[in-house]
Amino acid sequence: MNNLVKKITIVMLIGVVFSLTGLAQAAEKIYVPMLTYTTGPYAPGGLPIDQGFRDYFKYVNATGGVNGVMLDWETCEYGYNTGRGVECYDRIKSKNGKMGVAVFPLSTGVTYALIPKTQADGMVLHSMGYGRTDASDGRVFSHVFTAPMTYWSQVTAITKYIGEQMGGLNNLKGKKIALVYHNSAYGKEPIKTLEVLSKKYGFKFLKYPVNHPGLEQKSTWLKIGRQTKPDFAIIFGWGVMTQTSIKEAKAIGYPVSKIIGNWWSASENDTRPAGAASVGYKAAGFHTIGKKYQLHKDILAKVYGAGNGSGEKSVVGEVLYNRALVQGVILTEAIRAAQKKYGNIAINGKQLAWGYEHVNLTSSRLNELGLGGFMKPLKITCANHEGANNLLIHEWDGNNWVNPSKWYTPMYDVTRPMIESSAAAYAKEKGITPRSNCN
Amino acid sequence: MIYREAGQFKTSYNSDQALLPVAQDRFFVIGLLVVAYLVIPFVANDYWLNSIFLQFFIFALAAIGLNILTGYAGQLSLGTGGFMACGAFSAYKLATSFPDMHIIIVLFIAGLITALVGMLFGIPSLRIKGFYLAVSTLAAQFFLLWLFNRVPWFTNYSSSGVISPPPIKLIGDYYITGPQATNLTQYFFTLTLVVVMALGARNIIRGHIGRSWMAMRDMDIAAEIIGISPLRAKLSAFAVSSFYCGIAGALWAFLYTETVQPLAFEINQSFLILFMIIIGGLGSILGSFFGAAFILVLPIFLNSAPALLGLKLSGSLVTHIEFMVFGVLIVFFLIVEPHGLARLWGIAKEKLRLWPFPY
Repeated sequence: MNNLVKKITIVMLIGVVFSLTGLAQAAEKIYVPMLTYTTGPYAPGGLPIDQGFRDYFKYVNATGGVNGVMLDWETCEYGYNTGRGVECYDRIKSKNGKMGVAVFPLSTGVTYALIPKTQADGMVLHSMGYGRTDASDGRVFSHVFTAPMTYWSQVTAITKYIGEQMGGLNNLKGKKIALVYHNSAYGKEPIKTLEVLSKKYGFKFLKYPVNHPGLEQKSTWLKIGRQTKPDFAIIFGWGVMTQTSIKEAKAIGYPVSKIIGNWWSASENDTRPAGAASVGYKAAGFHTIGKKYQLHKDILAKVYGAGNGSGEKSVVGEVLYNRALVQGVILTEAIRAAQKKYGNIAINGKQLAWGYEHVNLTSSRLNELGLGGFMKPLKITCANHEGANNLLIHEWDGNNWVNPSKWYTPMYDVTRPMIESSAAAYAKEKGITPRSNCN
Repeated sequence: MIYREAGQFKTSYNSDQALLPVAQDRFFVIGLLVVAYLVIPFVANDYWLNSIFLQFFIFALAAIGLNILTGYAGQLSLGTGGFMACGAFSAYKLATSFPDMHIIIVLFIAGLITALVGMLFGIPSLRIKGFYLAVSTLAAQFFLLWLFNRVPWFTNYSSSGVISPPPIKLIGDYYITGPQATNLTQYFFTLTLVVVMALGARNIIRGHIGRSWMAMRDMDIAAEIIGISPLRAKLSAFAVSSFYCGIAGALWAFLYTETVQPLAFEINQSFLILFMIIIGGLGSILGSFFGAAFILVLPIFLNSAPALLGLKLSGSLVTHIEFMVFGVLIVFFLIVEPHGLARLWGIAKEKLRLWPFPY
């Protein structure tokens, strides 16, 4: 009995000592709360991103942190449910009294919900390739970032690609382009842009909403395949929706090669479950796919080699895993930019926002990071939180993503005025005075 | 012994008809209010105030709303999510069209609009009941969400259909929505609203309207014979219930998620609130609170428990454990007491009356 008591006391003492040292270390770390979803109908999308995030953070820490400052993170599982997402954010936004610096909600709905909350908490909200498009206007949304590209820019680049397939954008006249979208904030984002483009180029734009979670699309594809027969169909799906779309399209006889998924409908988890049906399926992305880059080799060596991997080794290099790396790289670059101004310290969210506005990922910098050719250079500015980037289209051959297209530059001349007018309307509704010291 | 009303003589009609005739009940409720107003705000941190209590109050309000309709008036409804969305969107339209309107007036009018919509969808209840009515209220759920998704006017022509409420002042410089709103302001506001509305619900139920609902629920033909108009009783139940649900929906969108999106008021939400009143206790205001706590707070607790215990488990494993434990608990409580947690509470009170000398 006495022995047992002794043992317990020792274990408890060790625990206390460990937690105390943990506290001491936490003070110098940069803390990032991570909202993830690895369960529910959207888990196929959430899992590889979660793994990529954590791998990259571990890799950064294994290589000495960001200018000597370590990263610290905490995850919270919210199942893509907006209510739970807000609860999760509140639960993990700070650790040991230290507020996190940035949050990546991975859901357009939660992004909307967190815009006022992160503002109050002085945190950066980086919705990379999702979320509120007009938040790209940094004069109105000082703490929200949408780099490297938004949905609006994405559909303009996809339209360019489609135009090229038709032999030029002028040939789009009289053609039909369908949008099959997740009937939520996320799926509806590109509608306005496509309406503008359809007027500009004279193609007919058809809308097909698919309700959450996206398992019922029979009538949608029946209409597409038998009735309207569009020349191209763009899919804005997430989770189980995309694979269902591909299967239904195949079943109805609509050519899968005429379907272009947006970058959230572009992963192996969308095409593999659809099996042979998905051969020829095309999908967009703002980065390439695969693990031939130096960063991947380093992660495999330093994180997985040390037995610290956050998941299956085979996932490294998958589309969504690579997307998480883009997120991680932009974050660490922003931290570095902020540290140039504020010194090599554990910066706070406000300082990070400044850093984000001075991110300049040149191609030589990408080479240094071991990502040469992985994505196009990115420069974020105070006024333009989207930055400028390029998009490319891959094709699924049944096993791998192949035939990367050339890089397409979005029609920023179309999207930027839309972003600015939408942001101005938001500022007016909310009583925000846009920052004037940006230009 | 603890819970004995012996010796509490009622010497006037007023004391006989009091809201809580037993002194212990009165002390209990007053004690609870004192804790809620004077202790929790100073003890709880932002996480508890915003994520636990605020959500709990709002869902308790919605559960009271559904309990009025299903528990007291006996009309099975699956349209709660739709009615909540209706409240949220009406409040949004009001708040953006009339920026100077006070939040209480916004909520009240949004509630009234939802009450009207609820009455409209309550009309089929005059002809059908039980599961058939559940299907027609299901239509309300799907129709309303479809409407808000489909008609851009409701979202002020926003591109994504997701909108956020404008910053609204409560009094002076205290904001109730937007980045300047503090959790404390929101807590006190919601708490007060819930207390007032729960007391209101209890009073309505004691009065002739509530009695007509219960008569309708217990046997509609008998109720009609003794002179209760089914039209009036059923439609008033739909109206009052929708009023509560509408205000709860507006609060959820304005104060908690700070966005108004149709997806947040999905059919799952309706089921969740139905489960709240079934677990909490049909036909009990207190049960609505119990149910909201059980369905809403327990999963969050289960989800954060491993981290509190210092266990490092993966997020998906924790969530799966949460689902399993939560499911088992639902089954357990329904086996132990099919009439809900409110009935368990009643049994506990009866036991306390005899304690320590049960016979």
